[in-house]
Amino acid sequence: MAHAQTAHDAGKYYIPHGSKWPIVGAVSLFVMMLGAAALLNGVNVAPFIFWAGFASVLFMFYGWFGTVIGESQAGMYNAGVDKSFRMGMMWFIFSEVMFFAAFFGALYYARNLSVPWLGGEGAKYLSNLFLWQDFEPTWPTNGPAAVGGAFETIPAFGLPAINTAILLTSGVTITIAHHALQAGNRGLLKIFLGLTFLLGFFFVYLQATEYAHAYHELNLTLGSGIYGSTFFMLTGFHGLHVTIGAIMLVVIWLRVMKGHFTPKHHFAFEAVAWYWHFVDVVWLGLFIFVYWL
Amino acid sequence: MSASQTHGHAAAHDHHDEHGPAKGIMRWLTTTNHKDIGTLYLVFSLIMFFTGGAMALVIRAELFMPGMQLVDPQFFNTMTTVHALIMVFGAVMPATVGLANWMIPLQIGAPDMALPRMNNFSFWLLVAAFSLLILSLFMPGGGPAAGWTLYPPLVLQTGDAFPLAIFAIHLAGASSIMGAINIIVTIMNLRAPGMTLLKMPLFTWTWLITAYLLIAVMPVFAGAVTMLLTDHFFGTTFFAAAGGGDPVLYQHIFWFFGHPEVYIMILPAFGIVSEIIPTFSRKKLFGYDAMVYATASIAFLSFIVWAHHMFTVGMPLAGQMFFMLSTMLIAVPTGVKVFNWTATMWKGSLTFEPPMLFALAFLFLFTIGGFSGLMMAIAPADFQYHDTYFVVAHFHYVLVPGAVFAIMAAVYYWLPKWTGHLYDMKLANWHFWLSTIFVNLLFFPQHFLGLAGMPRRIPDYSTQFADWNMVSSIGAFGFGLSQLLFVYIIVKCARGGAKASDHVWEGAYNHGLEWTVPSPAPYHTFEDAPVVK
Ligand code: HEM
Ligand SMILES: [Cu+2]
Repeated sequence: MAHAQTAHDAGKYYIPHGSKWPIVGAVSLFVMMLGAAALLNGVNVAPFIFWAGFASVLFMFYGWFGTVIGESQAGMYNAGVDKSFRMGMMWFIFSEVMFFAAFFGALYYARNLSVPWLGGEGAKYLSNLFLWQDFEPTWPTNGPAAVGGAFETIPAFGLPAINTAILLTSGVTITIAHHALQAGNRGLLKIFLGLTFLLGFFFVYLQATEYAHAYHELNLTLGSGIYGSTFFMLTGFHGLHVTIGAIMLVVIWLRVMKGHFTPKHHFAFEAVAWYWHFVDVVWLGLFIFVYWL
Repeated sequence: MSASQTHGHAAAHDHHDEHGPAKGIMRWLTTTNHKDIGTLYLVFSLIMFFTGGAMALVIRAELFMPGMQLVDPQFFNTMTTVHALIMVFGAVMPATVGLANWMIPLQIGAPDMALPRMNNFSFWLLVAAFSLLILSLFMPGGGPAAGWTLYPPLVLQTGDAFPLAIFAIHLAGASSIMGAINIIVTIMNLRAPGMTLLKMPLFTWTWLITAYLLIAVMPVFAGAVTMLLTDHFFGTTFFAAAGGGDPVLYQHIFWFFGHPEVYIMILPAFGIVSEIIPTFSRKKLFGYDAMVYATASIAFLSFIVWAHHMFTVGMPLAGQMFFMLSTMLIAVPTGVKVFNWTATMWKGSLTFEPPMLFALAFLFLFTIGGFSGLMMAIAPADFQYHDTYFVVAHFHYVLVPGAVFAIMAAVYYWLPKWTGHLYDMKLANWHFWLSTIFVNLLFFPQHFLGLAGMPRRIPDYSTQFADWNMVSSIGAFGFGLSQLLFVYIIVKCARGGAKASDHVWEGAYNHGLEWTVPSPAPYHTFEDAPVVK
């Protein structure tokens, strides 16, 4: 091959050479987790360590994604690279699904197995008799020791139903935005993508008010036995994912404003849209199994 | 399978500087090259193997004689716990990931891993994780000591080490997930033209399936330890009956991860053995398709057997029956594999170079571990075996002369391809025989101890167990010392030695694209995809 090969021979699969971002990321995460552990152990300087780590993680994301966006804009990614990104994102989302599955599994196990067993069901008559004699296995429950004291739950067809409507609507708006992008209608794209993340943040806001209500008026807390544990961990991790998803939507929106993406080339948009749908589906599971049934 | 390569490496010369490795330490910190990253993983794994090994020797030294000699019980428990965590997540898994990094692109004709920057991230995150874990040993209250399974409520009594250990697992898990995604994407997207799925070498195949297992179960493990964390610090009661939770719930979630995890360690080993036996039998692998399907069925079954680790927790009878039978079912595809390896050698023209020796030892000794596994799968019998040294003997047979021997076989098989030099075969033979003799001396007596009722995870024992414990400890030190030879052989080979040919092994013709590139493999290979016919 006589001609000097540039870093991005048009048809070739682009292999980046040397990058400082991963090592920056690994060191930052190390510092951040060290800080978090110190925080939990009540070490004085811990907040500084944690926030320093956190800030450098953000810096890493900014730098790393910045580099990738730059390369993408420079046309260095051929169809093969695009496909790798797609597959990577898909399997990442699958791993997230499995993370939530652990918590849904815990909820299932508690409701259908361990709580009835505590109440003496099946072969567990004796454990109930000797250990937890007066325990009535109902759901919701905070267990035979009534951990955290009496509490009330949040009815499904109040705020949670509204939140369901909000997230489902945001699923529609992002689809409209996607069609607009494919049709080259940038105006519509900007409006509907903007609407999507506004709905997302609104959802998070409503969840926050719901949490405040639960803590202050219903005495429903993370410490309310197994009900409180599953309720807050599931909705909490979901809320975290909505927040992250909404932030990603904002980034995509800013890129749209800068004129990025073409009707054919917009992997980042699609990746975030997939993520958003995933968050949506998890919510439906939550609505049904945590709030409703 | 044959490959025609138009002009891969010859072109490497007129590339500008971007194409060579960077200089000094920055090369290793910032590299995106699959060979560099493979090397990093392998070196890391070796260091961890010796760290975890030193801890094992502390355990075996204490158990050399009955009575309390060297360490206090808390520290003893820390050693068993951290030894296991290091061996599993720091030695065996990174070793197979390192091999995957080096060999998968070479075997499928890919220019590199599909997501090279993330590849580097996976590696350095692992270093971050193990720094946290090692740090946890020096915390007030001592290191984690509740066993590598981290069962509550015991694990919740861990001191300041607790959050460090949990976060170490989070980071190691993230590293594994990213590594797995990279492997899947590389295999699914970057195969050379003509390299159809059913032409892929078995090492690549087994890794593809392993990667799916990883993505499916590492997040579940992350969830489980997150629940431990909130139970400890934030007042949740996932695993406390008082609040309506159940400590057994943890065991279910853990083993839903844990059983596939053992296949994550052994499937790549299966792949390695399936590469080596044909080469040194000078035959094609017997029943290639069956091997692929057997691997896939093992992977599938591994998701529905987890509670065989929990026969004694008081599961309903139906549960015990189900998990007993599903576990035994795994013997079927595993039997297919052992049969096929044996049939590959049938009427082959066999030679016994070091990789083949290790692969053969794998075949016999892994199978011993498989049989003791079957014994424990019988629920009523397991009531006896559970938590005794019989279990320790079982999992060490599958892990040490199983996974670890396969990894050593792989190193001896591909080292000349990596370094361009042949290693000292005579010393390697010594390494093999010493390892094989000592590993049996180390672990075989533990069967007897277990059957006689010696519990695992204890620093002291009744005098009736004294003899076999002493034998086992002698085996342990012998095995540990023999591994110094391994390091010596590798270092010597990296520094020089007789020049290796491109196909290295006489029988390696027609066994994978990795033998079509020069030895040592140039920094960049297959920049133009070879065509596989
Ligand atoms: C040099 C070779 C090795 C020696 C001498 C050794 C020795 C030991 C000993 C003495 C124990 C404690 C048993 C007990 O008291 O319960 C143990 C536990 C364990 N080892 Fe090893 N081991 C070796 C290699 C490995 C490897 C390579 C792995 C994994 C890949 C491994 C995985 C484990 C596990 C999972 C445990 C259980 C720890 C627990 O009870 O939580 N070992 N080992
Ligand atoms: Cu198992």
